[in-house]
Amino acid sequence: MLTKRIIPCLDVKEGRVVKGTQFVELRDAGDPVELAGFYDEQWADELVFLDISASHEGRKTIIDVVEQVAATIAIPFTVGGGISSVDDMRNMLRAGADKVSLNTAAVKNPELITQGATYFGSQCIVVAVDAKYDESIGSWRIYTHGGRTPTDWEVTDWVREVTARGAGEILLTSMDQDGAKTGFDEALTRTVSEAVDVPVIASGGAGAKEHFVDVFAKSGADAALAASIFHYKETSIEEVKAFIRERGVLVR
Amino acid sequence: MIGIIDYGMGNLYSVKKALERLTIPYFVSEDTEELAEADGLILPGVGAFRDAMNLIRENGQFEFIEHWAADGKPLLGICLGMQLLFEGSEEHGDTEGFGFLPGYARRFSGKDSQGRKLKVPHMGWNSLTFHQPDHPLLKNVEEGHAYFVHSYVIETADPDVLLATSDYGEVVPAVVGRGEIMGTQFHPEKSSTVGIGMLENFGAIVRERSGAHE
Repeated sequence: MLTKRIIPCLDVKEGRVVKGTQFVELRDAGDPVELAGFYDEQWADELVFLDISASHEGRKTIIDVVEQVAATIAIPFTVGGGISSVDDMRNMLRAGADKVSLNTAAVKNPELITQGATYFGSQCIVVAVDAKYDESIGSWRIYTHGGRTPTDWEVTDWVREVTARGAGEILLTSMDQDGAKTGFDEALTRTVSEAVDVPVIASGGAGAKEHFVDVFAKSGADAALAASIFHYKETSIEEVKAFIRERGVLVR
Repeated sequence: MIGIIDYGMGNLYSVKKALERLTIPYFVSEDTEELAEADGLILPGVGAFRDAMNLIRENGQFEFIEHWAADGKPLLGICLGMQLLFEGSEEHGDTEGFGFLPGYARRFSGKDSQGRKLKVPHMGWNSLTFHQPDHPLLKNVEEGHAYFVHSYVIETADPDVLLATSDYGEVVPAVVGRGEIMGTQFHPEKSSTVGIGMLENFGAIVRERSGAHE
């Protein structure tokens, strides 16, 4: 049967991997191509690269990174961050990315999802969703611009909208849990998993091996994404997989 | 020498890089005269069945590929390229395929045998069961996992063409073959050591073939 996926995320800024906690503090964790090869050997199931470059020059370097990564590893990977047109998507896919991830641009112009799915197929179009609990609506609100800008979208409405438009996968980040290292947001992940038929990648909050068992067993996630616990070798992907396999979760 | 058939669909970058890492000689071409010089062909493909068949016909590659298969030369279909080797698909209305292998592509039911919901597409790593482990394509390859992304699945009444299968609520033909016609539903170039091993084996099959010509 289909296995649950463990996905390290590499935030790339001007060609280097960095990781922010709560989206603010950044630390440098190395060369993206080298790290990609390392995670492939560690049995990562997939990789996600998020380009957080601020400058136009920085953005251009991500294409080189994508080409080098595609030439190095034999597992699928997704590229996101700053993708705002069909041309951007085409450039990434041509450079060897398997999927592209849309976030702010998808909220600004949902038609972009439809176009991407039509031109390249739903299997290449991931929509990244940054959600934060909002008591005033009794649910999670969608944010854009790396979590800085609130939108009018409630999470269930938004994920239904994007999947109706052809998104093939949801990369769901809990802003409440991101960087906290106290576990994935199970309630949020379950809500989204139940609302859509496409795979859901849970993100934000991984701090220990147990958290991966919880997110798969209790929330219906198809994949779990983490960054710092892998980058700083607090645990390894192999250790996480061995741990959750012993607890009945199917992994590769 | 492997020829990769370019008909305007599918990302060829990763499969090219994988062949380079394996030091298997290859070239990419849409030109049937050039492709005719190859010892083995790869038929790639991502996207819709009907679009792919239409492009192959428009490019004048259909009859070339038919003759290639009739001559008993090695041909490896990847992902959608594998499905094209079968009789047809119900994707966007019925479309005829090459018909080299018996079977038909139809949409996943989206349910397991107990009626529970399964997500479509079938996306991610699934375990393989080898039915013909001694087949040259599977030789020395670990019976591990491969990375799948597809919404349509081949249904065949002929178990002889199933070299390896996966399970996603129903039998998923994962590696198929009869004679020199072979295919993988997953992308071998994205399926780590298991998939790379099969690409390496296809390279060996083609090399043997070229030796036989000399």
